[in-house]
Amino acid sequence: MTRRPLILALLDGKGAVFLGVLASLAVLVPVSNLLLPEASPLHVPTYAVSLLGKYLSYALLALALDLVWGYCGILSLGHGAFFALGGYAMGMYLMRQIGPRGVYGHPVLPDFMVFLNWQELPWYWHGFDMFPFAALMVLAVPGLLAFVFGWFAFRSRVTGVYLSIITQAMTFALMLAFFRNDMGLGGNNGLTDFKDILGFPVQAQATRVALFVATVTALALGYLVARYMVTSTYGKVLVAIRDAESRARFLGYRVEHYKLVAFTVSAMMAGVAGALYVPQVGIINPSEFSPANSIEAVVWVAVGGRGTLVGAALGAVVVNTAKSWLTGALPELWLFALGALFIIVTLYLPKGIVGTLAEWRDKRRATVSAKPAEVAAGAAE
Amino acid sequence: MTNAALTNTVLYLDGVSVTFDGFRALNKLSLAIAPGEMRAIIGPNGAGKTTMMDIITGKTRPDEGEVFFGGMIDLTMLDEAEIATLGIGRKFQKPTVFESHTVADNIRLALAGERSPFSALFGARNRIPEERIDAVLSTVRLTEHRERLAADLSHGQKQWLEIGMLLAQDPKLLLVDEPVAGMTDAETAETAHLLKAIAREHSVIVVEHDMAFVRELGCKVTVLHEGSVLAEGSIDAVSANERVIEVYLGR
Repeated sequence: MTRRPLILALLDGKGAVFLGVLASLAVLVPVSNLLLPEASPLHVPTYAVSLLGKYLSYALLALALDLVWGYCGILSLGHGAFFALGGYAMGMYLMRQIGPRGVYGHPVLPDFMVFLNWQELPWYWHGFDMFPFAALMVLAVPGLLAFVFGWFAFRSRVTGVYLSIITQAMTFALMLAFFRNDMGLGGNNGLTDFKDILGFPVQAQATRVALFVATVTALALGYLVARYMVTSTYGKVLVAIRDAESRARFLGYRVEHYKLVAFTVSAMMAGVAGALYVPQVGIINPSEFSPANSIEAVVWVAVGGRGTLVGAALGAVVVNTAKSWLTGALPELWLFALGALFIIVTLYLPKGIVGTLAEWRDKRRATVSAKPAEVAAGAAE
Repeated sequence: MTNAALTNTVLYLDGVSVTFDGFRALNKLSLAIAPGEMRAIIGPNGAGKTTMMDIITGKTRPDEGEVFFGGMIDLTMLDEAEIATLGIGRKFQKPTVFESHTVADNIRLALAGERSPFSALFGARNRIPEERIDAVLSTVRLTEHRERLAADLSHGQKQWLEIGMLLAQDPKLLLVDEPVAGMTDAETAETAHLLKAIAREHSVIVVEHDMAFVRELGCKVTVLHEGSVLAEGSIDAVSANERVIEVYLGR
């Protein structure tokens, strides 16, 4: 193989467009929000900046899911759990930043602990007052759960629908656990009422813009990591496992190790997505673990196009934009619309938006390149 | 069998039995393959041919009996990936290739070498010389299909690609399950030619129903019946064996 510079090897056409769009968003949205007057038609209001930031954190979750589902055939119906765990790690940091400014004014304990008559901070809350520790936990907690879960599941060769069911059970069990007040994580109210992040007020316009830029950057980095993985031989083995798992095994590949790496990396990406989501929406509660959330993420990926990375991110933004609009206009219809969308995509657009576009392009190229041959054949007659 | 005889085999099965839900798939099966030997295994459906392959490649564990590779490695203690790395390649009955990959990439993934995820992400697995791929492709005569998707190949071409993948693994022993099922006569002849060429440097076990094909291979034949060896010898000898005719050929 001729060796190309890494960055060129990573960027195909749609990847370049994708990163170009992200780079423009990272520049134009802050400029428009902070510098243009509010009356200007090009002004992006601050609420929209956060809304878009939320969509892009969903896009990172979709990207993570596509890495395991699109490339390795692991249909996780529990990826929302990794997202929520990353979100809780960030939420715990934000709670500790409140310090004595809570409603009850306790110097250390968050309000909900005071309310429950807790006397001291549970052991697992220690360290979350430091951002680097919290950031580490954003990666480590989802990563560790995925590693342990994957270790047992993949070693026991649980695949297909059975694996999907146990991932679903995992997120459901976590949801029930996090609903309990005894967990010390705010019970069904979750964690909210955040004040500062890294010393800046969470609600301030500039902070919101900075969080948006951080989300765009994380999405771009997540894309590059995933893209590197799938373009390396590792990615080829993942696809090989998806297509013919036993063939890969009889060729001497340790299928369970390959799956474990992808699953763990994917869970860590989902954790980062959750951590960026929480300060932008201002709350994290156990409903983020709800199985429906994980299934919704699967629909995003299916709509955008499995195994395309860019498509997954696009699907997340498109479906969530539709959701925001529809839940505003006709709230009772949303779930039906989501179900219909999934059925339509499965039946008529199995490759999703990006996959179908790529197919059309290939077909057009094939006809274009076939034409000169036809002409030559015609001339010969 | 004495130790000296054992060490002189590439594969040695002794008294292997396995039962699934009360059905005895293998019944005290014993078999020895010499280094460089080609062996054809025939037998009616349910004779235990595929189960035998499953045992050798680590997919199924025997209830009792010994399975040794190269005279000293106990295969019953190892899993599929370990056995493949030791040098046993297996071709499935239904051609099984990586359909979304090109022909060249199928061979690339099969080529012997480091197989860890780390190596595939950052290491030597990404630097496979193209010449190694070309060499295998010319052996199985797929050079001109190099950049096609495996999914687009014909049935016969997929069979050859899978044999090519086996060769790329550089195994000491190849297990080939019904390589000519569904092939045209021309393809069958070419496959026989290919397997004979491979057998010059490797030990090969071929499981096959097609008697004409087995005759073409011109090697020693083992007849399985109800999980054990019914007869062994040249194709003419076993075809003449009365019990073989009774259980298999006569039907």
